[in-house]
Amino acid sequence: MSTVYDLKREVEKPERLTGGHRLCAGCGAGVVVSGVLRALEKEDRAVIVNATSCLEVSTFMYPYTAYTDSFIHSAFENSAATCSGAEAAYNALKRRGKIDGTVKFITFAGDGGTYDIGFQSLSGAMERGHDMVYVCYDNEAYMNTGIQRSSSTPRFTRTTTTAVGSAQQGKKQNKKDLTEILVAHNIPYAAQTAPMGNFRDLHSKAYKAIYTPGPCFLNVLSPCPRGWDYPMAKLPEIIKLAVDTCVWPLYEVEEGVWRLSYTPKKKLPVEDFLRSQGRFKHMFKQGNEWMIEEAQQYVDQKWDKLLERTGA
Amino acid sequence: MSNCFSGNEAVAYAMKQINPDVMGAFPITPSTEIPEYFAQYVANGEVNTEYVTVESEHSSMSVCIAAEAAGARSVCATSSCGLALMYEMLYVAASCRLPITLACVTRALSGPININNDHSDSMGARDTGWIQIYAENNQEAYDNFIMAMPIGETASVRLPVMTCMDGFITSHAVENIEFLDTEVVRKFVGEYNPENYLLKKENPLAVGPYDISAYYMEHKVLEAEAMKAAKARILEVADEFAKISGRHYGLFEEYRMEDAELAMVLIGSSAGTAKAAVDQLREQGVKAGLIKVRVFRPFPGEELAQALSKTKAVAVMDKSEGFSANGGPLFAETRSALYDLKQRPHLIDIVFGLGGRDLKTEDVENIFARLADIAATGETGPVYTHLGQRQRRK
Repeated sequence: MSTVYDLKREVEKPERLTGGHRLCAGCGAGVVVSGVLRALEKEDRAVIVNATSCLEVSTFMYPYTAYTDSFIHSAFENSAATCSGAEAAYNALKRRGKIDGTVKFITFAGDGGTYDIGFQSLSGAMERGHDMVYVCYDNEAYMNTGIQRSSSTPRFTRTTTTAVGSAQQGKKQNKKDLTEILVAHNIPYAAQTAPMGNFRDLHSKAYKAIYTPGPCFLNVLSPCPRGWDYPMAKLPEIIKLAVDTCVWPLYEVEEGVWRLSYTPKKKLPVEDFLRSQGRFKHMFKQGNEWMIEEAQQYVDQKWDKLLERTGA
Repeated sequence: MSNCFSGNEAVAYAMKQINPDVMGAFPITPSTEIPEYFAQYVANGEVNTEYVTVESEHSSMSVCIAAEAAGARSVCATSSCGLALMYEMLYVAASCRLPITLACVTRALSGPININNDHSDSMGARDTGWIQIYAENNQEAYDNFIMAMPIGETASVRLPVMTCMDGFITSHAVENIEFLDTEVVRKFVGEYNPENYLLKKENPLAVGPYDISAYYMEHKVLEAEAMKAAKARILEVADEFAKISGRHYGLFEEYRMEDAELAMVLIGSSAGTAKAAVDQLREQGVKAGLIKVRVFRPFPGEELAQALSKTKAVAVMDKSEGFSANGGPLFAETRSALYDLKQRPHLIDIVFGLGGRDLKTEDVENIFARLADIAATGETGPVYTHLGQRQRRK
């Protein structure tokens, strides 16, 4: 990527995730996938892997595939192992002179398939050092089965398994910090990003992840209109709020060096992000002010730690 | 070439001769030696396989699935709980029509945890869509592995193949066995050149769709047809194999069955013990015979019925407990297969050898004595019983 990022030129590339797939309007996943795949050099081929997810059932319903590249899905909890198997085949066949050309290996999985059930498979593949990219499109719950909590779901969130009632109000635990756990694998590149603004952040991080040899990880915020309960046209706004409130900071860790990618001009109160979605509605009930306070404290604490780490 | 090898080493050696593209490797007793031997071949540069040391059997099968789909010949080995952890992926491998080869070194399933032999692991996987071929001894374990790929990879079949041998009894016991020259093996197995694969430049491929009810049934019927077609291919490959080895294999082995009136049906290494007992009985004038089922999937129902049609009483020996309260899996298949005979023998089921419990020649003789009784009186008594367990104190 020798030239300066130019969104107009990028979107003129042929789409590798074609239209007509069955994802909801206002869903972040399709935007994330097309945004990541746009970072592939035109002449390079790719094998795309999906964990079982909204994305998978919406983009490859027999006999139609939305991908122009080769694609494989086999189960929910094994997308990293699956990707590593395809990459192993590439190495073997290349060594034996049976194939030529460059093929890149990219996995997409939701937070359930990444933070929870696919965690072991992901950790194993990263440790083994396959030349692959693992992209988590993080919508903070099991959306494909109807909005159940995952270890990525933030505290206080209403889901169908963290209900709001008189004895309990939403999820009790904080969100697992998966990006940090991936950084601890000492992989060459790990980053947190989101399809925001002109997509420069997502694009440059996807490019780095795809073209850095070895295992790379992207955690991409991917709002879900059904699970988060927002009007579908508000997708870009919700993403911007997540980043500007520092609920979802953008940063990267390259060969162990932490770098903050974006500092909000004005750090907005977490309340602004919470108010934009129905899943946090109960936090605004009288008597629940403490929830908003504690959510703010948690975000501040994480943000300060990140500033310290990135030397920003 | 003749050598003293354990069953595990024999299978690892077959793998080395084949030099597969990808191996998914994860340890579990008693199959662990297979990836161990193979790791040494990799370290010595004797193979140039991509050797993927995964973090679980689930991932091992997942790696094999993706690698095979990508166009690479893939192998792995496992036992017991390892196979159980793969179950979900075994179905996927078969439904994606990926001819992976898995060496299953059979061992009891937990719980309680037990590392010794029975067939509860492989029998649990009998309906996953995998071809299953069982070995009696080290020679057969080696031979079956070499025949697996020409069977599974052929266009009319395209199904994964599980070659099974008995844990410890076969996997660890050392026997003198005949090897084929590596060149002969490579020529017999051939190159893996699938028609479509993920890494094919000219034509991208999508594998593993969400298959709605408008298509799912058609795909399952195709899979069922492939399993039916596998029977002929298994015999064809066995004929070709006989030409290079001089060793002949069928869907099952008939031992002294020509005029047998009393017969035993079983699978695996116990056949050695049972054959010795049959020989002794024959010396005493008892018309005893044995059928050792080699291919359990596809199940050779018609052929087995034919082979048992002249007998009077048959004991089916199940080395796994199916908890159906109606007998083990081999019994269920055998009894079902015999239903279409005009004249059926009396049939009993004996569950034996669980978790490594021994089967002795005298046990086999006692079973034949019971069969003789059944044949004489026409009374089977209890149809489904267990053998070799201590009696509960009353």
